[in-house]
Amino acid sequence: MSDFFLAMHHIYKSFSRVPVLKDVSIQIRPGEVHALVGENGAGKSTLMKILMGIYTADSGEIQVQDKTVQIHSPQEALHLGISMIHQELSPVPDMSVSENLFMGREIRRNHMGGLSIVDQKEQIRQTHAIFESMGVQMEPKALMRNLSVAQVQLVEITKAISLSSRIIIMDEPTSALTEKEVHTLFEQIEKLRRTGVGIIYISHKLDEIFRIADRISVLRDGELIGTHTAAELSKNALIQMMVGREITAIYPKIETQQGAVALEVSNFSRGTHFRDISFQLHYGEILGIGGLVGAGRSELVECIFGITHPTAGDLKIEGQTVRIRHPKQAIAQKIALITEDRKRTGLNLIESVETNIAVVILDRIANLGIVDSKKSAELSDAYISKLNIRTNSRGTRMYKLSGGNQQKVVLAKWLLSEPDIIILDEPTRGIDVGAKRDIYLLMGELAKAGKAVLMISSEIPELMGLADRIIVLADGRLTGEILRKDFSQERILQYASNMNGESETV
Amino acid sequence: MNVKQSKKWNTDDLRELGIFIAFIIIVCVLMLFSPPGFRSGRNMLNILKQTSINGILATGMMYVIITGGIDLSVGSIAALSGVMAAHFAHPGEYPLIIPILLPVFIGTLVGLFNGIGVTYGSIPPFIVTLGSMTIFRGAALITSKGQPVFNVSKPFEAISGAFVFDTIPVLVIYYVVITLIFAFVLTRTVFGRHVYMVGGNETAARVSGIDTFKVKIVVYMISGFLAGIAGLLLTSRTISANPTAAQGYEMDAITAVIIGGVSMSGGSGKWYGTVIGALLISIIANSLDILNVSSHYQPVIKGMIIILAVLMDMKTKNRGR
Repeated sequence: MSDFFLAMHHIYKSFSRVPVLKDVSIQIRPGEVHALVGENGAGKSTLMKILMGIYTADSGEIQVQDKTVQIHSPQEALHLGISMIHQELSPVPDMSVSENLFMGREIRRNHMGGLSIVDQKEQIRQTHAIFESMGVQMEPKALMRNLSVAQVQLVEITKAISLSSRIIIMDEPTSALTEKEVHTLFEQIEKLRRTGVGIIYISHKLDEIFRIADRISVLRDGELIGTHTAAELSKNALIQMMVGREITAIYPKIETQQGAVALEVSNFSRGTHFRDISFQLHYGEILGIGGLVGAGRSELVECIFGITHPTAGDLKIEGQTVRIRHPKQAIAQKIALITEDRKRTGLNLIESVETNIAVVILDRIANLGIVDSKKSAELSDAYISKLNIRTNSRGTRMYKLSGGNQQKVVLAKWLLSEPDIIILDEPTRGIDVGAKRDIYLLMGELAKAGKAVLMISSEIPELMGLADRIIVLADGRLTGEILRKDFSQERILQYASNMNGESETV
Repeated sequence: MNVKQSKKWNTDDLRELGIFIAFIIIVCVLMLFSPPGFRSGRNMLNILKQTSINGILATGMMYVIITGGIDLSVGSIAALSGVMAAHFAHPGEYPLIIPILLPVFIGTLVGLFNGIGVTYGSIPPFIVTLGSMTIFRGAALITSKGQPVFNVSKPFEAISGAFVFDTIPVLVIYYVVITLIFAFVLTRTVFGRHVYMVGGNETAARVSGIDTFKVKIVVYMISGFLAGIAGLLLTSRTISANPTAAQGYEMDAITAVIIGGVSMSGGSGKWYGTVIGALLISIIANSLDILNVSSHYQPVIKGMIIILAVLMDMKTKNRGR
């Protein structure tokens, strides 16, 4: 008997004759954290979907405890002890924690003439028991709607444990978590590891991977580049394996000339979301906004852009007080906002690349309300090549593109509107190293061209690498401002955790 | 990259051809197996004529459904505007322009009401238009005192009754012109693209600077406007207005749109799909008539086609993903 719980051997998979997995083999030991890394489109998701029975491999075999198995559905995977915690969690918001935990396998009692009734009490009792064993403090009766992303994720992990899973796949589990929540998650992973559960950990955050992984498998363009123990790899070596080339500087900082004040907010407030925020943004500057998730950063920029309305405070553009109450007014003021959640607020996924790129400037390329389709096609093609967007054609539907390329389409759409003030909310969330670098370079170029750039990021190295100045928000207030020469991770964290703490505890 | 590339069909476009192919097959089968009566040119024109009123309603319905909404009030709008048209169409009372413009105006106004309810009232479209469906059916009964309105002038009768070149029913011309205009607006104009964007992702549309409220209100106004026209044409065709007329027309319109492959969740659908959907409904009704099948079977067959059409649509779409 081998020491692997799970092995995937020589997996091949093609979609409409395009190979996405070529001869990939990985093995998972009980009690190991096995990181699966690679750029977007490298085949990680496809491999995991094959494991979960969502896709079927063209060839190759899967073995669980040395026995060849066929997995045709997620239910069968669960039955074999394989669970997946998806990047985008989908709880039923109006059900309680315990109801979500026992969904599909409700505990029943007294079959009154064939009618079985859900035993809520027993479910709540068992939920309590599981939470206790995990050291989690959460109310089983709480509605999922009222939980934070981290708490929902914990419920998912709890569910996997209660299903006595032997392998838990975690797809980008930390993408929406604060530093503190990540810490809690890692504690849970550590506990799981000790009980012999194997974890497949998918992430783009290399720091995390080195913090937690025992072994790392790298996929590139559908091929397994290699599996190594974390100890024998350096960060640079890993990046090189992922991209197939060496990235000299992850954060290319371009020196720029700072100009006049482009945008100024004073005493900006919106209910309980943020209060009394004042800052200036200059032309030719990249101003970073740091802080924890939930500190009010997205709410602030959405308010500046007119998606929501401030309850107090002023907004000035080039010294002129303006009232922005709808995004169209912000666009008229030459502001662009690349929102945090591209699927929810950035793109029309069922439409084509071209439709999405051209949407903001339709009025400009139209005569008497009739769209100049030739111009729209030309501009789309120009930006597809300018931003290096990987797509079959401009007519390809958005949902077929990878995350990084979708994000570039959002950028293209806003660059076409020729903004002077560009606000980016977590512009590199969930995208691969190569696409990240393209976006960093673009931001530098924009600042160099005299544009004012405002960037929200939860990744401190990213903020420090790119920004000329950082302001930090905590609990809806501006708690600090740091100039580039004074940048340090400690100071940012210090400001970010100001007045914050207990409320974030899980 | 060059512009010519756009001519290349991609898989998404090919998939949308499915409805065309299904349509051609059905028509060919009917041609082969039906009595010669079905195949005649006169019957073809007859089918087009029978399609026109539902087709006009379906055009407006398509706009609403692409934005992710629904308009249940079109049948009631048609009834009310028909009654109003007939009231002002008695011989020698008012100039002809009044019974023409009034129903259209009323329809557009009801559409505005629906649109405001959906946007500023943030009431679900189903509920707003269910309400207005009931309200304006009542209004039709009130304004007609529950009685059919007869005695319309000859020129008014000619609005729907006339023929072009003595052969083509003018109703068919209206339908073709309206279809072409609204197809052009949907596919070529900024407004048309905004309609798709609002249906595809309303939040993203708003963030992209689109006045989503305006788009939705205009869409309901279009639906109401076309329902007003339908009411006018119906009254002229039947030479009287009945306050209980056009009941269930909203469902026929929705049926045409769905058979045509427009997604009920909004954001997608093609104008020619809706045309085919409307044609299919009349072709089936017509062929069953000619084959002497009891009209009681028609709803059964119509219902099965709705389910089949959506089933086929979903099967082909899933394969593409």
